[in-house]
Amino acid sequence: MIAMIQLDNVKKTFNLGRPNEFVALQGVNLSVEANKITVFKGPSGSGKTTLLSLVGCMSRPTSGRIHLLDREITSLPERFLTEIRRKTFGFIFQQYNLIQGVTALENVMVPAYPSGEKFSTMKKRAMDLLDIFNISSKADSQVERLSGGEMQRVAIARALMNNPQVVIADEPTAHLDTPMSKEFMEIMGRLKESSKTVLIASHDPVVSESPLVDCVWNLRDGKIEGEAG
Amino acid sequence: MPMRKSTVFLVYLFSNIILLTVLGLHSLYQREAASPWLEEKREMVRRLDLTDLCLFTEASYTRHLTQADGHVAFQDHPVSLEHFPSGSLLRPPSMMDRTHVRLDR
Amino acid sequence: MSGWIDKQKNILDFTFSSILRRKGKNIALLLVYTLIVFLLASVMFLTYSIKEEASTILKDSPDMIVQKISAGRHDPIPLSYMEKIKEIRGISSVKGRLWGYYYDPITGANYTFMVPEKFPHEPGEIEIGQGVSRVRATFPGDALDFRTWDGKVINLEVKKVFSAESELVSSDLILISEEDFRLLFGGSGDRVTDLVLRVRNPKEIPTIAVKIAELLPDTRIILREEILRTYDAVFSWRGGILILILAGAVLAFIILSWDKASGLSQEERKEIGILKAIGWETSDVILMKFWEGMAISLSAFLAGIILAYIHVFFASSSLFEPVLKGWAVLYPQFKLVPFIDASQVVALFFLTVVPYTVATLIPSWRAATVDPDSVMRA
Repeated sequence: MIAMIQLDNVKKTFNLGRPNEFVALQGVNLSVEANKITVFKGPSGSGKTTLLSLVGCMSRPTSGRIHLLDREITSLPERFLTEIRRKTFGFIFQQYNLIQGVTALENVMVPAYPSGEKFSTMKKRAMDLLDIFNISSKADSQVERLSGGEMQRVAIARALMNNPQVVIADEPTAHLDTPMSKEFMEIMGRLKESSKTVLIASHDPVVSESPLVDCVWNLRDGKIEGEAG
Repeated sequence: MPMRKSTVFLVYLFSNIILLTVLGLHSLYQREAASPWLEEKREMVRRLDLTDLCLFTEASYTRHLTQADGHVAFQDHPVSLEHFPSGSLLRPPSMMDRTHVRLDR
Repeated sequence: MSGWIDKQKNILDFTFSSILRRKGKNIALLLVYTLIVFLLASVMFLTYSIKEEASTILKDSPDMIVQKISAGRHDPIPLSYMEKIKEIRGISSVKGRLWGYYYDPITGANYTFMVPEKFPHEPGEIEIGQGVSRVRATFPGDALDFRTWDGKVINLEVKKVFSAESELVSSDLILISEEDFRLLFGGSGDRVTDLVLRVRNPKEIPTIAVKIAELLPDTRIILREEILRTYDAVFSWRGGILILILAGAVLAFIILSWDKASGLSQEERKEIGILKAIGWETSDVILMKFWEGMAISLSAFLAGIILAYIHVFFASSSLFEPVLKGWAVLYPQFKLVPFIDASQVVALFFLTVVPYTVATLIPSWRAATVDPDSVMRA
C-alpha cells in the first residue's frame, strides 16, 4: 500500500523559547494510506488539530519531516505549500469557517476564485456539489440562515470544490446530533469510494467506531499511543 | 438572472470613463465655440479700458480688485466690517506689497 | 489573458460581497468620499476657468492707470495731469476715464457707471449689463430712475442690454453719456476719475511709470502686469475660504485613510485566515484588498469629477452661490468656458485614489501573510 502521507519524527512546539512554550506534538511517526478513512482520536489538547494542520500544509513542524506521496514538503517555500494546499487538500473546519454575509453557493466557489477559471464553469461545479449533498435549494441563502447540518454540508461542498485528493475534517460532528453524525460518515464513505483519502480528527465514538473507518490513531499529550484497526 | 457584481462594477466604471471622455470632448468643443464670446469680452475690455472682472459687487475693492489700495477697506465704515466672504476669498492685490516697479519713495 | 481577466472578475465578485456585507458603512464612505472629490474638483474647475478667462480677456487692459490719491482716498484727477503726462516720451495715448459706483436703495445692489469714449446713444439713454437687467427686471425700452448727487431724479431709457456671454465683464455695468454722468454724480468738467495710458514699447512701462511718479507725486500708478498677476493670485489655493475647504477635505481624507490603515477588524482578519486556509495565496488576498480600496476610491473619484464638471460648467456653480455671492445683491451668472487643467485632475486622482488604496493594502499585507494554522484554532 502506498503511503499517501508520511510523518517522520515530527515535533511541533508553539511559542518556542518563550515562557509560554508548549509542545503540541512530540516526535510523531505515522503513515496515512491512500483511499482510506483514517481517524485521529484523542481527548482535547492531545494534538489532533496540530497534526491535521501539519499534514494539510497549514503550518510547518518545528522538527522532523513530512512526505506527501514521496515528496518532502517540510521545507517547501510558502508559495508551493499554498499551491499544494489548494490542489491537494480540502478542509472541513470544526467551526465550519464559512464566510459570513455571503451565499452558500459563493462560499463553495471561493476556493476556485483565484484560479482564473470561467465563472460559468465554477458555478456549475459548485451547484453540482450542493446537489450531491442535497442542499442546492439553499444555494442563494446567506450562510447565517442555515442550520448547523446545512452549514456543514456547505463546508463539505466547499472542501471538494477544487477536487482535492485528500479531505481533512477537524471535529466534524462536534455540533451535530447522532443521526446527522452518521450521515456525515456516510458522506465520507462515498468520498472514499470516489478514490479520495479522508483524515478525520475526532473524539466522537460515532466517528471512530464507524465501520467505514479503516484506521484509527490514538493521540495523547502530543504522542501517538498506538494504532487501532 | 442577476448580473455578476463585478460586471455591474465594470459597467459602472466604463460608463463613467466614457462620460468623462465625452465631457472632455465637450470642454474642447466649448472652448472652440466660445472664442467669439471671449473675443466679445476682449473687445469690451479694449473699448471701455476695463481693468477687472465683475465677480463680487459688494464693495469697491471687491468689484475692482486691481484698483484698490491699502486704505480703501477702511473708508466704508469706522468699524470697517469685512465684506465676508469675498474678502476672505480674495487676497489683497499683489501689488500692494510688491510693485512691479519701486514707485514708493 | 482571458484567464487573468476572469481571475480579476472572480476576485472582484468576492470583494463586492465583502463590501456589501458592511453596506451602510461603505455607502456612507462612498458618499463622503464622492462629496470631497466633488467639492475639490468644483473649486479647481471654477478657479482655473476664471483664471484662464481673466488672463485672456484682461490682456487688453490699459498699460497703465493713474489714480490721484488725496488724504488716503481715491480722488478725481485733474485733466491738467493728462497734459503733463502726454509730454513723457513713449506714451502713445492718454485718456481720462469717467466711472463710478451707484448704490441702488431699491434693490441694495451696486452698479458701476461708465462713460465710454464713444457713446452710441443720446443723453437720457443707457446700456446696461445682464445683472442690472435681472435685478431691476428691466429690458430695452424700459426706463430706470436714478437719484442724482443733489437729490433730484433722472430717468434714463435702456437702449441695450449686454449679452449674457459678456457677464463676466459687464454684469453690473451701466454705460452712460458724459452729460448724464455729470448730472448724476456732479463734479467739474476739468476732472476725471482716473487716467489710462497706452505705451508704444511695453518694455518702457516701468521707466515711464517711475517718471510719472516723480512728475505727479500725489498719484498712484497701476500697471497691467499687476492687473494680470492679481487675477492669477486671486483664487490662489492659499487664499481665504478655499484653504478651509482644502484643509477640511485633506483632513477628511486623512481620517478615512487612517481608519483603514490602522488595522483590520477581528472579522476581517479571520476572513483572510479562512481564505489562506482554503488555498488563496498571499498575492490573491492582496489583490482582493487592492480592489476593495480601488472600488470605493475610483468610483468616488469618477463620480465626483463628473458631478463637479456638470456643477461648474452646466449649472454655473450654483451650489457655491451662497458663498460666492456673500452680501452682494447683484451676482453674475458664471457661464464659464471649460478651461481644464489636466494636471490638476491627475493631481486630484493621486491625492484621493492612491492614498486610500494604499491605506487599505497596508494592514492587509501583514494579515495576508498569516499562518493559516491560526484559523484552525480560532
